[in-house]
This record gives sequence, C-alpha cells and structure tokens, in this order.
Amino acid sequence: MVTLILPRLISFEGAGRRSSSVVERNATTLQSSYWLVLASGFLEPVLYLFSIGVGVGRLIGDLTLPDGRVIGYAAFVAPAMLASSAMSGALSETTFNFFGKMKFMKLYDGMLATPLRPIEIALGELVWAMIRGALYAAAFLVIMVAMGLTTAGLAVLAFAAAVLVGFAFGGVGMALSTFMRSWQEFDLVASVQFALFLFSGTFVPAQAYPPVLRWVVEVTPLYRSVDLIRAVTTGSVGWRQALDVVYLLVLFALGLAVAGRRMGQLLCK
Amino acid sequence: MTLIHARGLVKRFGDFTAVDGIDVDVQRGEAFGFLGPNGAGKSSTMRMIGCVSPPTGGVLRILDLDPHRDGPAIRARLGVCPQLDNLDLELTVRENLTTYARFFGIPRKVARARADELLDFVQLTERAGSKVEPLSGGMKRRLTIARALVNEPEIVLLDEPTTGLDPQARHLVWERLFRLKQQGVTLVLTTHYMDEAEQLCDRLVVMDGGRIVAEGSPRALIERYSTREVVELRFNAESQDVFAGKLAGVGERLEVLPDRILLYVADGDDAVAEVQRRALSPASVLVRRSSLEDVFLHLTGRTLVD
Amino acid sequence: MTRFVLEYHLVAYRRVWRGSVLSSFVLPLLTMLGFGVGVGTYVTGGVDGVPYLDWIVPGLIASTAMQVAIGDSSWPVLGGFEWQRIYFGQAAAPLRVADILDGHLAFVVFRTLTSCAAFLVIATAFGAMHSWWALATLPVAALVGLAVATPTFAYAATIRVDSYLAVLFRLGVIPMSLFSGVFFPVESLLGPLRWIAYALPLWHGVELSRAATLGVAPAWSLVGHVLYLSLWAGAGWLLAHRQFTRRLVV
Repeated sequence: MVTLILPRLISFEGAGRRSSSVVERNATTLQSSYWLVLASGFLEPVLYLFSIGVGVGRLIGDLTLPDGRVIGYAAFVAPAMLASSAMSGALSETTFNFFGKMKFMKLYDGMLATPLRPIEIALGELVWAMIRGALYAAAFLVIMVAMGLTTAGLAVLAFAAAVLVGFAFGGVGMALSTFMRSWQEFDLVASVQFALFLFSGTFVPAQAYPPVLRWVVEVTPLYRSVDLIRAVTTGSVGWRQALDVVYLLVLFALGLAVAGRRMGQLLCK
Repeated sequence: MTLIHARGLVKRFGDFTAVDGIDVDVQRGEAFGFLGPNGAGKSSTMRMIGCVSPPTGGVLRILDLDPHRDGPAIRARLGVCPQLDNLDLELTVRENLTTYARFFGIPRKVARARADELLDFVQLTERAGSKVEPLSGGMKRRLTIARALVNEPEIVLLDEPTTGLDPQARHLVWERLFRLKQQGVTLVLTTHYMDEAEQLCDRLVVMDGGRIVAEGSPRALIERYSTREVVELRFNAESQDVFAGKLAGVGERLEVLPDRILLYVADGDDAVAEVQRRALSPASVLVRRSSLEDVFLHLTGRTLVD
Repeated sequence: MTRFVLEYHLVAYRRVWRGSVLSSFVLPLLTMLGFGVGVGTYVTGGVDGVPYLDWIVPGLIASTAMQVAIGDSSWPVLGGFEWQRIYFGQAAAPLRVADILDGHLAFVVFRTLTSCAAFLVIATAFGAMHSWWALATLPVAALVGLAVATPTFAYAATIRVDSYLAVLFRLGVIPMSLFSGVFFPVESLLGPLRWIAYALPLWHGVELSRAATLGVAPAWSLVGHVLYLSLWAGAGWLLAHRQFTRRLVV
C-alpha cells in the first residue's frame, strides 16, 4: 500500500532529503526542558501498566480470552498500553504542536519559501513524531520483557507494530489539525482520544460490550491497533492481524495525503 | 535577460480580485519596485512570484521556468523576505540561518560558513547565540534578509522591507540592500514609501486597485506626471477649500488635501510671490522638489500613506 | 477586595465555560464507565465487600477534584504571569498580593466544587450513591482542591516555560491519580511506595470521600485526614504567597 501510493505523492527527487531537513530543524530546537518532557512521556504507559495492570489486576486475577486461552491481567493490559501510548505520542506531536507551528509560529510559511513542498513538510513532521514514539515503544517493550509479559523475539515484532500504529495516528492527527480553527477544538480531540483509550478493548475484552457498541468499537483505529499488538505480544497472530495491518496502512496513507493537500490549500493561497 | 516575465497576471480570492491583469518584466541585475498603497495587490503579486500562490490567470515565468510545474526548482534560486518576519522563534539567530540553509540542501559545513558571513553582513555577529524574540524590530528584519540570502539567490524578493522600522534602522537596511544591488543581485521589492522606492529602485511600477497605473524610473515618472517643484500651503481655517478658488491659475495644477493645499509649479519661489501678491496669508509655506508621492497623488487622486 | 478578583475570574469564565464542561465533567464520567462499569464486571469479589463501582466512585470524585484544581491553577497561573499577564494588571489596582491570590484560589475552588457536584449527580443516576451523606464529598473536594491548588500556584509562579507543567502532570498528577487508592487499595503497594501515597494529598481525600459515600471509617481518624490536607493547603498558600510577592512586588 505504502509503496503504491507514496511514489505518486512524492515523485520529486530529493523529497526524502528535504523531509529530513525538517526533522533536523526539530532536533535543533531540543532544549533541557524539552528533554525532561520527552523523558517523562515514556513513564505514562508504565504507570498505567503498574496501576491498572498490576494493581487492579490483583483484584481481577486471570482473564479468559475469547479463544479460550487464560492470561494474567497485566499481560492483557500491557500491549494495549503500548498501542495507546503510540497513539497519544503521535497525536500530541501532530495535533497540538503541529497546529501551533502552522497557525501561530508561522513556521511553515518560512519553509515554503524554500524548495520544500507541503507534503514533504508533513512527512518530515511525521517522521519526527515517530522517532520519539519509537523510543517510547522500545523502552516500554524492554519493561514488558523484564516483567515476563512477552518474549524478546515477540517484542521485536511488537516494536514494528507499534511504529506502524504511530504512523497511522500521526497521519490522522496531522490531517485533523489542518481542519482545526482554534485551540479549543483540541479539547474535543483529547476527549475522543481518552474515550478511545478507555473503550478500545484496552482494559476489558471488547466481547464484554453490548453487540452494537462492540461493532462500533471494532472499527475504531485504536481497537485495531490493540488487537494487532496484543496478538503479537501474546503470540497468537492470525489472519485477523493482516486486516489490522492493512487498516492501519490505509489510515496512514490517507492521513498523509489529506494533510499534504490541505496544507497546500491553507498555506499556498 | 528577463528573470521575471508576467503577462495579464491575475489573482482572485473568491469574488475579490487582488491582481487584475498586470504585465511585468524584470531584467537581471535590476532593482525593481512595486509602489502602491495597502491593498494595491503588491503582496499578492510577490507571493505569486515566490511560487507559493498559484496565479488565477495569465502568464507567469520565473527564471524561464513554470511556477506551477517547477516550484521547488525556482524557489531554490529565490530569496524571500516576507512582509511579516516569520523567523523560527525556537532557534537562535545563527541556527535560523544554518537550519534554513539545510532546507535548500546546502551541506552543513557550507551552511555554517555562510551563516557567519551573512551575520557579519547584516551586523548581527554579536547576537549569533541569542534567541530571536528579544531582538529589536530592525535586527529581526536584518536577520530575515540574511536568511533570504542563505542560498545565494539570483533574485531577492523583499515585501515592504522597512515598514514599521525606526528611521535609523531603515537606513541601515537600505544601506545593506544597496550593497547587494552593487554586487549584481536582482532585487524585487514592494513599498508604500516613495523615499524607499527613490533610494533603491532603478525602475518601478505604480499599482492601484490591482492594476499598474504607471511604469518607469523614479526620475522619469516624476518628470512625466509631476512638475519640478511643489509648494505646500497651510491655512488656519476649518476647510482649505475656500482658498483653492483664490489660488486658481497659480501653477499647472492644484491638489486640496484635508490639511493643506499643494501647488504644482515649475518654480516654487515665483509661485510663493504670486500667493503673496494675491494677499493670501497661509500659516505655513513649504517649497520642495516633486516626489513619487506627487506622482501617485496625480495618478490616483489619493495619498499613499494615510 | 478578594471578592472583586473572584468576580473578574467568574466573568472571564462565563465566556469559556462550555469548553471546560468537556474536560472537567465528561472525562471523569467516561472513567467511571470504563473502569467502574467495564473493569468492575471482572472484579467479581468487589473490594472490602463493596461492589467495585461503588468503591471506585468516591475515589474518582476526589481524583476529579485534584485534576480540576491542578488544571485550573497551572496554565492559568503561568499565563497570568507570562502570557496574558493579568496579575500585573491587578497589581496595578489597589489590591494586595493576598487579594489577588485568594481571589484566584476562590475561583479554583468554585470550579472544583461545580465539577464534583456534576459528577455526584451522574454517579447517583448510576446508583452508586446510597445516602445523603454522599453530599459530604463536596467539602472534601473543596479541601482536596485547596491542598493541591496552593502548591501548584507556587510552582506555576516559579517556572517560566510551560513544558515544566507537562512535567508536573506526568511526574505528579498522573502517578498520584493512579496510585492513591482510587483504582485499587494502597495496601497492595510495596512498602516505600505505600508511604509515598500516604504522604501525598490525594489518598487522604479518597479516604474521606469514601467514608462519606460508603459510611465506613477512614484509615486515619477523620480529624487526622482533614488536618493533614489543611497542612498542605496552608504550607502551599505560604509558598504561593511568597512566590507571588516576588513576581508582583519588585
């Protein structure tokens, strides 16, 4: 999918080089205070894992999955925390920060006076968000392996899955940001994000929901991400996960295409 | 060689026509100006030339390339100093230049060397490590100009380069731009200050309401559309209109402004003598040479800066 | 004088209150559904003989109080010094530093109370409230609000960049809400971690709140919890006042 769509979006030679110059610009802005924010961002999923996975897990005991296997509650929650942290990492960089750079810092107006094109800026910002997300994912997986919630081999595969999840949500976040008019509208994004976090089969299996709700949940992107990563870390990958992968790839390609197009319309009037 | 070539260039935003069919040719090494009041269509024209705004109609070729198809290739050879500084507030003064150079694919080492050269050129070397925010307006402007030069552009686009600066800061910017011009860089600038146009431009067009109303060198425009001298008279009265009738026949032309009357004459002293002979006693009298302001007033019936 | 400052904040709030409904009300509601109802189904034995939903709701009320109070005393206070600079405008009027501080704190308590009251109504609709004693969670919420708001005021008046607020949330607010006995009893935490939970204000609020809705005796005596929270509020106020004075009286 990516290889089919991307070359048509970015046909110009040197696009990769130009996108990476956007990444370079962001790296230059890193300061001491930002490092602290960066480092503390990694903690969030770990804290949830210990509080809900371990703490509440003690009240719940083991969980029987739909396929009949029985796993500890922490092993059930951990992959969901990884997926939602990949989501929130990608979204925070591509919604709030991206919007601020575009609307208030007028950063992209300056960039567009150079050979950079809107889609290349979008891709550069996305890659930047992913570098951060990938570091978090890797650190979280190390903890999962240390706690015996998955194996080292599966963790490598789960890492790739988490990066894919990040790209998908990053694309969506960026596309959404181009339709935003004010900061207040991001409260809505945050609320939707929180609802996804709670109800995407993260803390209880989606099978526990009433049928109608269950169908709604199963088409949401975080549910597909949790489904993919959980199947990987618990070692039960099947054909269903191919669907997850295709779903996330399509989301990514669509998000990026819309974002690039909308940026062109907004900035190149 | 023609670097910018426009024929019947049009830019519309919905129902509003910002640029209404203009013809422009800019030659290599020239300093070319767009003079006009706010809303004349200068900035829209600049954005089209900068390949960040697609024309609605007409022909536009820049460096003999098509902006629509070759945008990135053209922009690689342009330097742009926009009307409002859009410097990167998260970076230092020097990082603003080095980072920007990277967008053009300039190797890091070259970028660093060029940043230092340019900081020296715009006299900001001492502030190299400072953040952008605390700089004065004039310093920010100079940094934006330096940033526009980081890719050694063939054409530099300057949209109102000195608007909002104090007189001292303006002169410093003019002096730097004049040096660029001497180095043979093609300058294209917009302004609503006639002194700026007279200082910097070899040739200019006067724009009003999206159209070009006159074209030529500052000298030629003044000769063609104004007289050699102007007498400015102020009367202590509610309205200057009463005195207009009494001044009929003095000089070639007369303009009544809310606060003063302008007499367009070949010889200012002769005209002042005639005013006194008619027993009119203005509160103040000023004789000066014609400027582009007078050209604009004559062409449009309005002043440039209101 | 404090009254006029409060009035200012209420007038300003009138223009933006709709937006805040979402974050201070809908989010706790979703948490109650997701954890109380969703996860609760799997906590078959309940906690201490109480159904999980009933057990978690008073904790969520205290946690909401904390989150609203910190949210409203972090960015707004930093902004009052660094962005909109409202404090400097107020300091130019005949107001004392204490008036400016107390007026804004009163507004934060107002926000805390209204958010928790709304939450209480919803929780009642879900059948998680069993007696009129549940109303006692409101003064508890106000006390928790003050205990966390005052040190946050001091912190926000000290920093100059908002990325330090993100750090406060990640290293302070989120861990506190996850490990203060809201979702599971603190007794199951390891020794040192348990003592950290005891030291932080939220656990005391959770205990008081739970005592109110479930009619059980709190871990410490009622007076002990109230005094400890008051200690936080008082010490925080002194720090905040010192910091405000440093910035406003130059």
